[in-house]
Amino acid sequence: MRRRPRGFLAALVVAATAGAALAQAPPGERRTGYELLGPTTKAMQDDDMANPGMLWVLDGEALWARPAGSAGKACAGCHGDAAESMKGVAARYPAFDDKAGRPIDLEQRINQCRVDRQEAPALARESRELNALTVFIARQSRSLPIEDVVAKDERLKPFLEAGKALFERRQGQLNLSCAQCHEELWDKHLAGNTISQAHPTGYPQYRLEWQTLGSLQRRLRNCLIGLRAETYAYGAPEYVDLALYLMWRARGLPIEAPAVRP
Amino acid sequence: MSRALISVPPKAKKGEVVQIKALIQHVMETGFRPNSSGVLLPRDIITSFKCLYNGTEVFACEMFPAMAANPFLTFHTLATESGTLEFQWTGDNGFSVKESAKIQVE
Repeated sequence: MRRRPRGFLAALVVAATAGAALAQAPPGERRTGYELLGPTTKAMQDDDMANPGMLWVLDGEALWARPAGSAGKACAGCHGDAAESMKGVAARYPAFDDKAGRPIDLEQRINQCRVDRQEAPALARESRELNALTVFIARQSRSLPIEDVVAKDERLKPFLEAGKALFERRQGQLNLSCAQCHEELWDKHLAGNTISQAHPTGYPQYRLEWQTLGSLQRRLRNCLIGLRAETYAYGAPEYVDLALYLMWRARGLPIEAPAVRP
Repeated sequence: MSRALISVPPKAKKGEVVQIKALIQHVMETGFRPNSSGVLLPRDIITSFKCLYNGTEVFACEMFPAMAANPFLTFHTLATESGTLEFQWTGDNGFSVKESAKIQVE
């Protein structure tokens, strides 16, 4: 009798688990990427004098106070002390914007303010200035829990659903969904790194691989490239929907921007 | 402008070994990487760093292309007298940044 190749059974098991509904980690089992870090990277993030993300926070602080655009206004001119006015803001973005008719992320909100109120040109995505301002604002929410924005704003619901669908959709030449790695295989290893649960608690974050600070969209783009899938243009609605879903999924976890990750 | 973060204990006992941390923002472009059109990006790195304690050099190092961006240095020195610690980074394209921090020795 011919024996079936060994791999056959394994392939069946994989097919069966892939077909099953991918369960979200229950609240008690949610882990931020921080908890999966090694002790040296944790120490780097914890010490504000060693966390390279703090260099961008300093940049952002300077930009916050500097007048820009033909209106000659600085962020501080309207919003005052960021420690007061921006506290908790990063914990509730992406948020629904009436003008756009859809959710926008923090970077888009900053650029909206720049164009409409400061009458200055929008900052380019991933530019040092935009990342600096974003991380400075996000820093003001450090250790505050991520809010359940969808519960407070019904209008976000369809976009949350769109984000969830994106998260669970198989894509790319590897034909994998985000959920397959980040729901099913977190805590396992992909090359040298531990797979996280994909909770966006520390963005913009300093990635040692990037050797610089980057946004959540840059990180999502990285994952898509890893799947050998088509990436979206920076600022695309798909990224914002996905960010909304990820933030909703991470509700209750503390903001830790600027995080340090391998 | 490159930002730098310096950590020096504000107070120390005479004869105590103190830890000093210096982090600076810099791309540390190696000179070996091509850009998207295949042209090599010119080298742009910090080449040297030194720390002066009341004018006396207590730590110095050279840096090379293999160092990561935003170099972070930690070193120790003996707290001898109250005064100023000066930090100097120099590098390609006339890069030069100076920072200082006070230390009180009792």
